[in-house]
Amino acid sequence: MSDNLIEIHDLSFAYGKRLVLKGIDLTARRGQVIAIMGISGGGKTTLLRLIGGSLKPTSGVLMVDGVDMSSLDRDALYHLRRRMGMLFQFGALFTDMSVFDNVAFPLREHSDLPEEMVRDLVLMKLNAVGLRGAHDLMPSELSGGMARRVALARAIALEPSLILYDEPFAGLDPISLGVTGNLIRRLTDTLGVTSIVVTHDIQESLRMVDYVYFVSEGVIAAQGTPDELRASTEPFVHQFVHGEENGPVPFHYPAPPYADELELAA
Amino acid sequence: MNGLLDSLRGIGARVIDSIWRMGVATRFFLMTLLQSGQSFRRFHLIIREIYSAGVLSLIIILVSGLFVGMVLGLQGYETLQTYGSEEALGVLVSLSLVRELGPVVAALLFASRAGSAITAEIGLMKATEQLAAMEMMAVDPVARVVAPRFWGAVISMPILAALFSAMGILGGYLVGVVLIGVDEGAFWSQMQAAVDFREDVLNGVLKSVVFGVAVTAIALFEGYDAPPTAEGVSRATTRTVVTSSLAILALDFILTAFMFRGV
Repeated sequence: MSDNLIEIHDLSFAYGKRLVLKGIDLTARRGQVIAIMGISGGGKTTLLRLIGGSLKPTSGVLMVDGVDMSSLDRDALYHLRRRMGMLFQFGALFTDMSVFDNVAFPLREHSDLPEEMVRDLVLMKLNAVGLRGAHDLMPSELSGGMARRVALARAIALEPSLILYDEPFAGLDPISLGVTGNLIRRLTDTLGVTSIVVTHDIQESLRMVDYVYFVSEGVIAAQGTPDELRASTEPFVHQFVHGEENGPVPFHYPAPPYADELELAA
Repeated sequence: MNGLLDSLRGIGARVIDSIWRMGVATRFFLMTLLQSGQSFRRFHLIIREIYSAGVLSLIIILVSGLFVGMVLGLQGYETLQTYGSEEALGVLVSLSLVRELGPVVAALLFASRAGSAITAEIGLMKATEQLAAMEMMAVDPVARVVAPRFWGAVISMPILAALFSAMGILGGYLVGVVLIGVDEGAFWSQMQAAVDFREDVLNGVLKSVVFGVAVTAIALFEGYDAPPTAEGVSRATTRTVVTSSLAILALDFILTAFMFRGV
């Protein structure tokens, strides 16, 4: 068994003729938390979808757990996905089911376990995210942070080897944000899974991840461990890490000269 | 010249778009049929949908059926008494309902009550990434979400149409016999003699099955194909009601032409 769960080499992806990702190289070792960061619209989520198999690469190599993703048919992809969990940005809980039934959903769909065992497993997963007491609530009764934790319990229900997180920190209050960050780290360590976190919350990420890839305009603009990135003098990384307004990423959307537009030149 | 070319190009693009969409809808419908096995193996999934599409539509169907029958009773009596044949009121009410009004009006009501609900539900499931989450859990949303809704609604439709007709006949009876005083024996016996089980009742049931398939297929596709925004879901819901109502009326004409020609 290879030490790397994900190996991406020279990967490109285009929506029609628009090239979104070019020449991406990325590796994720088993048991690591990897962050994919960058400004909105830079191709981070596209990269996550490629890893999850929702999109197929235009060219290049994308291996997940030793399997070449571009060669998979639907059945093989579904088979591989039983070893993956994904946390969507707002949880994507099934709104017509209780918290318990949401977490039980993958177990009931993919196994013939007796209902007593499903119950025990669900309560264990909910306990791991601190929400055992909320099992009979409906998703509409949960706060944003709680909904995401339930979705995380659902994502780990089948004990996956890879968990993908799409913006897990977006819109959370500082307490929920810290709780979610710690939970991702703890689950990764205790379950021995690999976690890929797409986010732009730099401070939370640098606190808990092992390695960071910055995606900008479709390429890996920078990469390194949190310490390396904090110390980096590279303008893009420096601007991103310190949240500065001016730098390689401009504040202003491209526009004609201000004076011309206000007709002040004459 | 350029303007003309542009408008021709615009028309061409719209036609190609529509044909493309019809192709996608047909493929979606076939996928739904192909992925239906699981729904029948886990029949409780279908039962749940029969509840939401069928049982929850009962009130509107039963009340509308009663009123349509009562109106038929009043209008029918007015016309028939001109010819001194008000005993035929039972025949008029029952044939109108069983052959036409039952299947058609019940299907129109079903499209606005259950069809719009199906589109909105699936559209919102898509917008909130519930369908994508299901796919990531290696569960096919067409098999798990779409197919049970399809069969639940298709099974409900003929039962609702039959209940609509039964309530309508009751309404006609209440107005014609109880209120106006048409002879009760004539009302029922003429109805029994004139309504043929195969020609009238079964054809009516067949119509409602066809309408059920059409309404549900349209509602499911519109929901599944809706852009994942509030505006997208709202437009899709409107389109479901408009398209399925038109489909019901057009299909009714075609089916009637085949079923009752020369009767």
